[in-house]
Formats: sequence, structure tokens, C-alpha cells
Amino acid sequence: MSGLRGLIMDELIGEFLSETFESLDVIDSELVKFEADPQDRATLDNIFRLLHTIKGTCGFLALERLEAVAHAGETLLGKFRDGDLVADSSAVTLVLESLDRIKEILTGIEATGTEPAGEDSELIKRLEILSEGGADPQASTPAPAPAPEPEPEPEFVAPEPEPEPVAENGHGFDSDLGRELRLGEVSLADLEAAFMNTPGPEEDEVPEAAAEIEDEELDEELDAPVVSAAPAAAANTPAPAEAARPAASGGPARASATIRVSVDVLENLMTTVSELVLARNQMHQIVRGVEDSALKTPLQRLSSVTAELQEGVMKTRMQPVGDAWKKLPRIVRDATQDLGKKIKLIQEGEDTELDRQVLELIKDPLTHMIRNSCDHGLETPDKRVAAGKSETGTIKLSAYHEGGAIIIKLIDDGAGIDPAKIRAKALEKGLATEEELAQMGEAQIQRFIFAPGFSTAAQITNLSGRGVGMDVVRTNIEQIGGSIELVSAVGKGSTFTIKIPLTLAIVSALVIKSGEQRFAVPQLSVRELVRVGPGSPVTVETLNGANMIRLRERLLPVIGLDHVLSQSLQEGAMTGYVVVLEAAGRKLGLVVDDVLDTEEIVVKPLSGPLRSTTVFSGATILGDGSVIMILDPNGLAQEIATETEDTAANRADETEASAEISARQRLLLVRAGGAEPKAVPVSLITRLEDFEASAIEMTDGRRVVQYRGRLLPLAHVGGEGAFRTEGRQPVLVFSEDDKSAGVAVDEILDVVEEVLDLEMGSERPGVIGSAVIKGKATEVLDIAWHMERAWSGAPQRVKSKTRSAILLVEADAFSRRMLAPLLAAAGYDVTVAGGLHEARDAARMGAAYDVVVGDPGALSRLASEGYFTDTPRLGVGENAYGTPTDGFVAVIDRADRGGLIAMLDNAARTERAVEAA
Amino acid sequence: MSTEDRCEYVTVKIGGQLFGVEVHEIREVFSPQDITRVPRAPGEIAGLLNLRGRIVTAVEARFKLGLPPREDGAPVMALGLEQGSELFGVLVDEVGEVMRLKPDTLEASPAHLDPKWRVLLKGVHRLDNQLLAVLDVRALIAWRAAGLAA
Repeated sequence: MSGLRGLIMDELIGEFLSETFESLDVIDSELVKFEADPQDRATLDNIFRLLHTIKGTCGFLALERLEAVAHAGETLLGKFRDGDLVADSSAVTLVLESLDRIKEILTGIEATGTEPAGEDSELIKRLEILSEGGADPQASTPAPAPAPEPEPEPEFVAPEPEPEPVAENGHGFDSDLGRELRLGEVSLADLEAAFMNTPGPEEDEVPEAAAEIEDEELDEELDAPVVSAAPAAAANTPAPAEAARPAASGGPARASATIRVSVDVLENLMTTVSELVLARNQMHQIVRGVEDSALKTPLQRLSSVTAELQEGVMKTRMQPVGDAWKKLPRIVRDATQDLGKKIKLIQEGEDTELDRQVLELIKDPLTHMIRNSCDHGLETPDKRVAAGKSETGTIKLSAYHEGGAIIIKLIDDGAGIDPAKIRAKALEKGLATEEELAQMGEAQIQRFIFAPGFSTAAQITNLSGRGVGMDVVRTNIEQIGGSIELVSAVGKGSTFTIKIPLTLAIVSALVIKSGEQRFAVPQLSVRELVRVGPGSPVTVETLNGANMIRLRERLLPVIGLDHVLSQSLQEGAMTGYVVVLEAAGRKLGLVVDDVLDTEEIVVKPLSGPLRSTTVFSGATILGDGSVIMILDPNGLAQEIATETEDTAANRADETEASAEISARQRLLLVRAGGAEPKAVPVSLITRLEDFEASAIEMTDGRRVVQYRGRLLPLAHVGGEGAFRTEGRQPVLVFSEDDKSAGVAVDEILDVVEEVLDLEMGSERPGVIGSAVIKGKATEVLDIAWHMERAWSGAPQRVKSKTRSAILLVEADAFSRRMLAPLLAAAGYDVTVAGGLHEARDAARMGAAYDVVVGDPGALSRLASEGYFTDTPRLGVGENAYGTPTDGFVAVIDRADRGGLIAMLDNAARTERAVEAA
Repeated sequence: MSTEDRCEYVTVKIGGQLFGVEVHEIREVFSPQDITRVPRAPGEIAGLLNLRGRIVTAVEARFKLGLPPREDGAPVMALGLEQGSELFGVLVDEVGEVMRLKPDTLEASPAHLDPKWRVLLKGVHRLDNQLLAVLDVRALIAWRAAGLAA
């Protein structure tokens, strides 16, 4: 092609491509909608019209492959529309296939400018076979049609030309289509009217070429009773001209109030405005220092105008979030077919607007998460029914604005994220050790899915060619200043909440000072400021290296910013200010030297090498030209090492992290074996759970339930017979070191705070005594006794110790980690003491062992202090010169594992012989 | 294609050694002012600075080359380059003139060269009385995405 015609054609093709891609997306989701409700005439008509339009334009642009495929697809759709054929799943699948083929060809055109070489005859043949009433020879077993379909009645209502109200944007609600008109579309009624009135060719400024399509189409159309809306492709003038074109001047003059603008232009506009805001800020800084400047008033005006401009430009970038959701119905449908599951996708709040850049960034993450939900979250219909749920799973996408941010929630009612499985996988991938995992609460373990390296990325690579994992999802979201949180309950489902600030570029920030440097903290995350140190009622308190302050009766973990940044040890008392931040649902306090002021800043992303610094989310240039780092509250939250998980108190709607501050104790009131309430001190309880009665199994004469990857032994306060046989069984879980036990009750009543004044002691096992609680005499349960029952089984069984118990005393973590599993594997019941005090505590609590193993120095010391004097001692490792080793069975070299086990066996056997004697 | 197929370099001195950087890689040369330190950043990142309203990441060439850090008050200059949409400034001791050298004086880096240097050099030019090491600035500013903690 050459010359003017060539130029026009290239531009036409460009427009055609972009609009057709869009139309195809629409057809995708419309088809899924149609499949769910084959009676939905309006949707079917819409699909038909769109495909028809595509076909027409293809013909004009001499895109033969496309035209042929589109034509075959259209014919099939026509049969549905006319009622000659029933649209079942396999038919819809085939149509979707042909759409995919079209997309493929379009992509080829995009790359090279012409249709790629290829063969479509097979696909076309299948479409034809179906059109003629045959069955698709290649169809996989069609999934059960979503709804039973009787023969659609061959009714066809000719559209009545109604006078169309002209809406402000040139959009209107078209009752025939059953929806609002889109950009470039004209209502059915208008078109019909236009046909009737049109005398001849156009007088618009539309190029002749476009007019030709029009005529061609018109000729075809006059036969068919259905009239298509003005083809979007017809609005193909490259210059920003009117997009909506009535077919003739006869129709209601519709001056379109919308134009197409290239994204780059908007992008540049956006950047320029940001720079303008910065420059204005700089001027503010300067003028601030000068009294009575004549600049003040004009600057004020400049300020407000800039703010307006900023707002206006932001608006141009806003798009409804539904645009990112367009592809999702199709994905869910495909997943449903492939996996044999039944899934319903609900979309709420599609009109919620957000910045287009953000939209682009969340498209892939959302798709990934939906796929995850389909693949892993939602169960098969059988499993769902077995679990007492409805056959069809639901995924709900909802979006709404809240406080300067957009919240997008993805909620499914599937199987939830199983901490046990996550734990196993985390171990497998080497992301954490057993010990570390044991310290973590359920929610924390669930969050492992966000850890890099967790997912086997290769699963879903289609999206953009790159492996996508939840860590990438989180990174993408956090890079734009957003956050993602997960709440999930096994058996119930999962909810992902994505929060993204609306104004991408410019945020309000608090400037703080730590040491000599200034930093910015996003205002959105700041909850309050508290002065600490001398002269202030609030001081930073320390508990075993962890710092905190008391804030309104609660303890808030705090961390010094200088400590975080220099990663040096915290020294001395902390004074200054505590900036209370909230990130990812957690509150923490950041101790800084000084708080300066609040500024509007433009967030500049960090360059490559700096992105791994998790505590920073970006950098910015302040009004005075200096560069400062922007702190990331999420990253800071992660710096706070351990997390204490919410326990029973959570259920009672409180979060309590510490022990009682006063003499009042929190007591859990339960009903257990009797109508009167009984009490248990909350501080003793690790967790409140309830299990499906059916999940409680009997094994070896004991009741157990699978819990967090282990078997949790259970005992019921009311006795063996009190266990529920159906419904949910509430259980109080107690964990001590490595052991957990569950004490089952009939019902959990309440949590109260009382001064526990045990009055009558009790001779009955299982009850400590009585106290007056809430005005009534209430029995206080002896939890320890019940736990013993759980651990050892029914009381009448003799405790059988089949394994020898050994105490491993070793301060060196590495040696511990090496020895403990070794000894456990050899069949010993190993208790680990990381230091002398732990060993002493064990001795004081009356723990008895068959052998004490470990660091010779430590063992010797313990013996000299009088602990475990009768227990054989086996030293492992080098014996420091001069340490007495009399009384030791032996001292073995660390590397001599065989020797160690042998000596151990010997010693244990001897000990038991002694015991038995 | 020019008949005089010469290599054009901006010459710089780092730790006493003469280096050359291909001219087309450099956007500009500037004197770095007020570098903001970034705590917990990788060692080669000297910090961030403001260049006409844009944030530039300063990379210390000495660090990458394993040379001792610059003394306080010692002169420093920066070579500005752009990678993608990010701006970098490579910190060097001095910037000299632009040299145009004949390709026939270019040789591959010596095999026994310190591996740290070998990955950062594209080759060595034999000059009359010294060697000019051709610095691969792209390699210098390259980073590996570190494994993130959960």
C-alpha cells in the first residue's frame, strides 16, 4: 500500500484492532452471561450484533481469514437467536474457541500488519456442523449445562423505534439492548429511524472509505430483521472526531461529548501536573519564610488552581474497576469446565473508579487470585455437599471507596487456606524451621502464601508469560502504595482485601527525624503521635528485649527507627515521639527523635537495586529540594519479630496481648457437664476452637482430633459421654511447650473480669474450688487435671511410658538443632533446654528424665547445684579443661553419633532397670 | 558507517586507574550534590540525589571495583545514565577528556584479572604510556533481585 490510501488503511487497521479487541472482551463475558441464562435474549442479540460488526469490518478491510471465522461464528449464533438451535455448553465452548482464534489472528495482524498465514477450515467446519444441528466432533464431554433448557420459543420481537432520550454524554439507555450504550454505539431505534430517512451518501467529514462500510452493511441489513447498532468500527477517523455517528443526518443529531485520547498524552499531562505541584510546593516554602510578601495572594490563587488542575487530571485517569473484571467471567467459566466444579462469580461495585495505571497493575493479580480460588479454594460439588455447603461455590468481587482509597475484596466460600498444609509446604521449601513455625499463629502461617519462593510459580504462566505467585501479587500491589490482607478460615473460605490509595502520585506525608536524617511516613497509615521519655507520662518499657508502650490500657509494640535503620542494638532509654502506625491490620509504634511537619509529596518509586529494602516504599523530593526516603509501614511491621496471636480473647471481641494489669482476672465461663456455668482463667487458655463433631476420632481408646498437622488429644469436662456426636464441639486448647491438649466443653458462655477469690477448696478432681463470679457461686475448673486426662487417655488407663525421656542441655543453637532430631529419631522423648535456667526450671517442676545429655560444663554445673543428681549424665562435645566429669556416664565427641546413641541406650536401659527395681 | 571507525570514550579516573566509558552510554556528567544516604541499601549504593527534579540513584564505582572508599573531601564526579525509566549516577574520582581510539588497540581483558574487575570491563586499550580499561557501566549498575525475607 502506498500514499494516502496506505496511510488511511494503516490507521483504520489500528483503530479496528483496538476496538475489536475490546469488543471481543465484551463478547467473552456476554457469552458467559448468556450461557448461564440462555433465555437472555438481550445478551444474545448483543453478542450477535458485535460479532456481526466485526465480520462486516473484516470484509471491508479484506481480512479474509477473520471474515470467514467470524462469519461461521455468527451463523451459529444466528441459529441460537432464531431459536433453531439450543445453546448448550459445547456450543458456547466452540464459539469461545472461535473468538480465541480471532484474537490470535488479530495479534498476528498487530505484529505484522497483515493476516498471518494459517488454516481455519477445521474450526469453521465444526462451527458449520453445529449450525446444522450436528454435535461438535471434538467437544470434550460437555459439562452439564448450567441450567436446564427447554426449547426456546421462536418468538422474536421486532424492535420498536422509540424516541431516545439524549443523555449528557451522548450515552443513553437503550431498552432494546437492555443496557447503556457504549462509546461509539447508537441506539437501535435511532439507526432504524436513520435508515428510513436516509436519502443517500453522507455529508459528514467521515472519509469516504468509512462511508463504504456503511453502505455495504446497510445493504445486508435491509434483509435481516435485526438491525445492528452503529458499528464501533465505523468511528474510525483517526483525528479525535465524533465517535458516535448516526447513520445519517436524519437521525437525532447526536453531538458526541467523548473523544479518544492516547494514553501517552494523559501520562505526560499527569507528570507535568505533578511537577507543577512540586514547584508550587517549593514556592510555598520560599514564601513561607518571607513576611508580608506580595507573592502570598497570587500564590494562594496558584495553589487552588493547581489543586483543581490536579483533580481534573486525576479524573481523566479514572476508569471503572469493572474494566479489569471483564475477562474474569470467562476465566471462571473455563475453570468450571476444566475442573468440573460449579462456581458462580458475583461482581459488585464495578463502577467504582480508580486510576487507570492502577487498573492495569491489578488486572493480572486479580486474575491470578481468581484462578487460585477456582483451583484451590473452591471444592468440587461433592466435597461441598459433604461439607454441608451448596453445590455451587461463590466467588464475590466487590469494590468500594473508603477514605481516600479503593478497597477490592475477593471473597470465596471455599475450603479456606489450611495452615497445616501451609506449614508443611513452608518447611518443605525451607522457608522456616519447625521451631519458628511453632511460634506462629494461624494467621501468620497463612500469610506464608505471600512469601517469595512459596508458590510453584509455573502453574499459571499464561497471564503475561511470567510466573505469577502471590508474592508477585503482593509486590505489585505494594509498589503502588497498596496493601493486601488475607483472612481465611478452614472449611469456610477466604477473603482477600486489597486496599489501594486513590491518588497514586501525590500523598500526604508526615516528615519525621531520626538521628540526622529526615524520613517521610504516609499520613494514611499514621493513627496518632505520642510523646515519650522524660517529661511525658508515657515511657517505653521493655520485656525481654521487646519494647512497648502502654496506650489506653493496651500494650503497643514499638521499635526505634534508628534501630531499624542501623540494625544495631537498641541502647538506652528511648525518648522522642512514638508514631503509631497501622499496617496490614497490625498496630505498631515507631520511635523517632522529632516530628517535623506534614507535606504533600510526590512518591517516586525506588530504583532496582533499592527495591529490596523492605522498609522503604519510595523516595521523594521535599519543597527544599532535598531527597528523603519514604518509610513503608508494612515493611516496618515485619521488623517486629514475634507476633502474639489473638487468642480466646479475640472471640470475645477484644485483643489482649499481655497478662493482667490488675488483680482482676479474665475468666471464661463455660457450661460443661451440668447446667451451671463453670469458670476457667483465660490466661491459661491458648486458643478457643470448635471442631466438627464428626472430625473427632477415637484412637487407641482416646479421643483425638487433627489439629494443625498433629493429633490433639481431647478430654471432655463432663466425661467421655459428653462429647457431641453432631454439630460443632467447642474445645479449649492448651499448649505447653510442645504439647497441646484440648478440653471439650458443652458451650462457651462468656468472658468476665473478676477478682478471683477462691473460697471453697475442692476435693473433687477436676475442680480447684468455687468463687463468686457474676454474683453466683461458680466452680473453677482444674485445667491441669483435665489436660492430664487428655494426654494420658481415660483416667483408668495406666500411664505407659514406652520411650525414655532425656533432657538435652545445650546452649549452642546449632548443636541443639543437630542433636535433638538425632536423639528423637533414635526413639527418645527429648526435652530441650537451651540454657541452665530452663534445666533448673524443669527440675523444679518435678520433671524426671532417664538421662541428661548435653554440654559437659552445663551438666556438671547442674549436678553441683543439686539438680538431677541421680540422673545419669552424658556429656557431648569438648570438655573444657578442668571441668569435673565424675558421675558422668561418658563424654562423647560431637561427631561420634553412633557412639552417642550407644551410650545413651546403655544409660537409659540401666536407669530404667534401676527405676523398676 | 563512518570510514574512521573509532571508539569514543569519556575518560575517568577511579582510584588512580584510567577508565573509559563509551560515550553513547552517558547522558551527562555532573557534580553530585547532597547525596541522601539510604540505610540498609546494598553497599554500592551511595544514596539518592536530586538532579533537576528527578531522583538519581548514585552507585559508587569504587565499591564495585573493590577499591577503598573515597576519603572525606576528595573530589568526586558523576556519570549520569538512564536505564529504563530510572536514572543512575556512577560516582568516579575525576572526569577527563573524550578520547577517540582505534579499535586495533583494544584487547580482551587479561585472563588473570580479578574476577570483580573482569565482569565490569569490556576490554583494555593500549595507550602510549598507560592502559585504558573500558568500563561496562551497565554491568556496574546491574543488580540481582535479592531473595526477600517473608
